[in-house]
Amino acid sequence: MSGPTREDRLERLLGSPGPELTCEECFEQLDRYVELELADAQADEHVPGMRAHLRGCPACAEDHEALHALLAATDAPAAERPEG
Amino acid sequence: MVVGTQSRYGRESASGPGPAVAVAPPHLDGEARRWVQRLRAGADGHEEAVRELHALLLKAARFEVGRQHARRPQFSPAERDDLAQQSADDALVAVLAKLDGFRGASRFETWAYKFALLEAGVAVRRHAWRGREVQLDPEAWGEVAARLQGPDDDAQMRELIAAVQHAIGAELSPRQREVLVAITLEDVPIDVLAERLETTRGALYKSLHDARAKLRGALALQGFEVGAR
Ligand SMILES: [Zn+2]
Repeated sequence: MSGPTREDRLERLLGSPGPELTCEECFEQLDRYVELELADAQADEHVPGMRAHLRGCPACAEDHEALHALLAATDAPAAERPEG
Repeated sequence: MVVGTQSRYGRESASGPGPAVAVAPPHLDGEARRWVQRLRAGADGHEEAVRELHALLLKAARFEVGRQHARRPQFSPAERDDLAQQSADDALVAVLAKLDGFRGASRFETWAYKFALLEAGVAVRRHAWRGREVQLDPEAWGEVAARLQGPDDDAQMRELIAAVQHAIGAELSPRQREVLVAITLEDVPIDVLAERLETTRGALYKSLHDARAKLRGALALQGFEVGAR
């Protein structure tokens, strides 16, 4: 049986310090964040606190994974966006 | 059945019912603006746009249900179809209600997808937990140390685990303990727990977040280094 390691468990229990988005803010920024990620455009600098939230919140992490996978599977939308 | 759709997505835009006449949102680029204009009630091509949007949402919902099913096979084809359809329907309502909140920070399609993916993800997790009891045992936190211990822990790790156990007892409210144990040790999905406790993902996560901060604070006071590695 390969569950989470004890280190994972400890991290899940204790979370990590530092600023972090709420679930509502995370949902609000998710589309922009994923497009930035797929465009290799410093998503974490543009959306501070997102990475920390995704590490701490399994539910939002699932949503993030889903959107990332869907966009990656369909096309490369962010790259096609016009500037401005 | 949609419970708490609004709270699940956070703030409602303060737009009210709004005019039926399409006003071009100046900040959106051509494609996005076309979507938003056509989706307004009473706009030219409204029904067709709604159908196109639903197709888009259904595609996303099917994708997510399929992804989850591939990871952990648990549904019949008919169940998968039902879950995807229901999720797309719920997402359609949410997207139309939130239309004025779309600021063009991403493509319109990307923005719409996230609603369908959220609905589908929540639906799958709740479906998977249907009929499973969520035990909120007020005493379960007492086993945290036992759950974390490993056979080859060194003294330092044993000390840390004991301190965590103690801090949970000393620093947290009974509710915080229950939420912490359910989510981080029992792996109850937050959305499932939120449904059972008749609250929202955001509210539950906040309670988890506050509990974690209290624990880290207490551990730091005792000289333990916890947190980002
Ligand atoms: Zn979250």
